Amino acid sequence: MRDVAIVSFAQAPNVRRETSRDEVEILVPVVAGAIERSGIPRAEIGFTVSGSCDFLAGQPFSFVLALDAAGAWPPIRESHVEMDGAWALYEAWVRLQHGDIDSALVYSFGKSSPGDLRDVMVMQLDPYYVAPLWPDSISLAALQARAYLESNGESNGHSERDLAAVAARSRASARDNPNAQLAGDCDVDALLAQPYLVSPLRKHDCPPISDGAAAVVLAAGDTARRVCERPAWIRGIDHRIEPHALGVRDLTRSPSTALAGERAGVHDGPVDAAELHAPFSHQELILRDALKLGDEVAINPSGGALAANPMMSAGLIRLGEAARLVMDGKADRTVAHATSGPCLQQNLVCVLEGE
Amino acid sequence: MAERCAVIGIGQTKHAAKRVDLSIAGLVREAAVRALADAELTWRDVDAVVIGKAPDMFEGVMMPELFLADALGATGKPMFRVHTAGSVGGSTAVVAAHLIQAGVHERVLTVAFEKQSESEAMWALTIGNPFQPPVVAGAGGYFAPHIRAYIARTRAPDHIGMQVAVKDRLNALRNPYAHLHMPDINLEKVAASPMLWDPIRYLETCPSSDGACAMVLASESAAARAPRPPAWVHGTAVRSEPISFPGRDEVNPRAGRDCAAEVYGQAGISDPRREIDAAEIYVPFSWYEPMWLENLGFAGEGEGWRLVDEGVTAFEGELPVNPSGGVLSSNPIGASGMLRFAEAAMQVRGQAGEHQVDGARVALGHAYGGGSQFFAMWIVGSEKP
Repeated sequence: MRDVAIVSFAQAPNVRRETSRDEVEILVPVVAGAIERSGIPRAEIGFTVSGSCDFLAGQPFSFVLALDAAGAWPPIRESHVEMDGAWALYEAWVRLQHGDIDSALVYSFGKSSPGDLRDVMVMQLDPYYVAPLWPDSISLAALQARAYLESNGESNGHSERDLAAVAARSRASARDNPNAQLAGDCDVDALLAQPYLVSPLRKHDCPPISDGAAAVVLAAGDTARRVCERPAWIRGIDHRIEPHALGVRDLTRSPSTALAGERAGVHDGPVDAAELHAPFSHQELILRDALKLGDEVAINPSGGALAANPMMSAGLIRLGEAARLVMDGKADRTVAHATSGPCLQQNLVCVLEGE
Repeated sequence: MAERCAVIGIGQTKHAAKRVDLSIAGLVREAAVRALADAELTWRDVDAVVIGKAPDMFEGVMMPELFLADALGATGKPMFRVHTAGSVGGSTAVVAAHLIQAGVHERVLTVAFEKQSESEAMWALTIGNPFQPPVVAGAGGYFAPHIRAYIARTRAPDHIGMQVAVKDRLNALRNPYAHLHMPDINLEKVAASPMLWDPIRYLETCPSSDGACAMVLASESAAARAPRPPAWVHGTAVRSEPISFPGRDEVNPRAGRDCAAEVYGQAGISDPRREIDAAEIYVPFSWYEPMWLENLGFAGEGEGWRLVDEGVTAFEGELPVNPSGGVLSSNPIGASGMLRFAEAAMQVRGQAGEHQVDGARVALGHAYGGGSQFFAMWIVGSEKP
C-alpha cells in the first residue's frame, strides 16, 4: 500500500445548540482551517469526500449545499458517504492508493439540535420489525449496558462504578480540549448518587447532544513529508459490520472491532494512546476488550464522545485527535476508532504512526 | 493505477411501480443473488459490500445499509454506503472499482436500489428549509427551465424530445427487466399526453420505480476464474460542481465535460462517437439525451438533437443510446445510475439478450445527479485495458 498520512485536522467548537449558523456556515471556517494548516493550496487537492446524514438535517441532499464550503469550482473529483466522516476518510485513503493524486480533503458535519435525537435515531433501525416499536437510542444502549454488567457478574466483572469512572476520566481529560462540550472534575461517588436516565445508565454515561463539524487533509508520500513536519502515517485501516438484529448479536462483545483492529495491525507494535468512539461509557470498556488495550494505553485524551458527540463527525474527530497526538510529537503510535449503528454495530479501526 | 478491475457478475430486479411482494431487503437480495449466480459465486466469496441509494427520505429509513447488512451477507465484512444524489448508482460502482484497483479486495459486491413505493419522492424533495430555495415541483419542475434553455439555444424542433421517448420505450420492449412495456407507443401518443412541466410531457418523463441492481467486481486474478466473459473497466471518473452561482451553465455543465474528458483519457478514447459502440446515458427526461450527447462530446454544441433526429442513437443506429430502454423506462432512482453502468457492461460481455448491440466492444455508462452537478462515468470494454 502507498504511504498516506493525516497532515492536518480542524473541528468546530462542539455546542449543544448552534442557533446562529447553518451547517455550511459551521463548515466554512473548519474546512478553510484544515486546508490552511495543511499548507496545500485548495486547487491542488486531488479528491474531496464528505460524510453527513439527511435525517439530521431533516431534508434530502443536505450535502449538496455543503459543497460550497469545500469550494467546487472549477469542478472537483468528489464523493459523499451517508456515514460518519471516518468512512469518508477511508474512501479517500483508497482513492489515494491509485497514485494519480497526492492529497485529499475529508469533511463531515451535522446538527443534532433541530430534532429530537433519541427519536431520530430510531429511524435507522429495521423499518419492519424494530422501528415500529420506537426503541430510542438511549434505551438500546441501556439494554447493552445491562447485558454487559450482568454477563461479567458482580464479583469479577464491571460495575456501575466502572462506568462512572469512565465518565469522570473523560470529562477530566476534556479540560485540555478547547472544543469539548462537557469538561471538568467529577467525583465518582457524586456521579453514582445521580438518578438513572435509563437503568443502568445515568446521564453521565450518555453522550451530550452536539452540533459540530470536522475536516482532515490527507497526503501521500513525499507530499506529506513536504507539508508536515511529522505526518501521522496510516499504517492500517479497516472496518467491519455486524448483523443489525440485536437478538443475534452478543452485545457484550464487539467482534467487528476486534477483527478490524487485527486487520489494521493494532497489535503489531505498542500503542501509546487510543481515541475510541464510545458514545456510552460501557462501550469504551467493550471496545478496550475488543482491541486488547491495556492500562498503559491512554484512552481518549481528548475526552472522547462523552465530552462531545457531534453526529457524523465524532468518528472523524477520533481520527483527527489520534493523528494530532502524533503530529504534535506527543505519541509515536496511536489507534483511532469510529462506530455507527445501534450498540456498536459497525466499527472502523485505524493505526497511526510517526516516522 | 495498480490493479485491473473486471465486472464478472450482473443482476437486476424486475423493475415495477410497486414491488409489494418484497421488503427492501428482499429487493436488494433479488439483484444481488442474480449477480452472484451470474459469477457462479456464493456470499462467502465476497470480500466487501458497497451499497448506494438516493436520499434516505425516499423510503423513510435512515442509513438503511445498517439493517441491510444481514440480507447482503455483510456480517464480518466491510460495508460501505455511498450517496451522491441521482449519480449515486454510478458513484457507488466507482467506489467499488477503486477498492479492486487499489488492491484492497479481490471481489466486491456492489448494490444500488430504490424502493420508491415505500414513500413519495416528490414529497421528500419538497421539504422546505429556511434560507434555501425550495424544489417545490420535484425534479421535473427543477429541470424544465434547463430544457427550455437548451431548446432556445439550439432551436431544436419540438419532436426531438418525443422521439427520444418513443425510442427508449421501444428499446424497453427488448428488456424483460424494464418497468414500462408500452408496445403501442408512438409520437402521437406522446404528443397527446398531459404537459407536466413545459416542455416535459407525461410520456417524456421517467416512471417511479422499485428496483435494484448489483454487480460483482473482481481483480484480474479473480476474473481469470470467472465462468463468463468479464467486462473490463477501462476508466472511471467523477466530477462535482456547486448547484448554483452566477454564470453557471446548467445546460452544458463543465463538471460533465471535465468528467467525460478524464474518463476518455483513461480509456485512450479520442473520438467517442467512433470509438464507443453503445452508450447508457442517464436520461430521466427525454430532452436530456440530446443535451448529454453534447456534454459527453458525441456531438458538437447545438448539434446533439440532430443525432436524435437522424436516428444515430436508435437501436439500429451508428451509436445506440440506452438500448435497455434507459431511465425513461425504469427509474429506481438510486439504482438508475448503476443500471447504466451494468447495462454498458452487459453490452461488452455480449450478454444483453434481445437488446444486445451487435459487436459492442467498448461502452459508456453515465450517471448524473443533483442540479446537473454530480457526474459519474465509466468506460468498459471486452478486452483488457
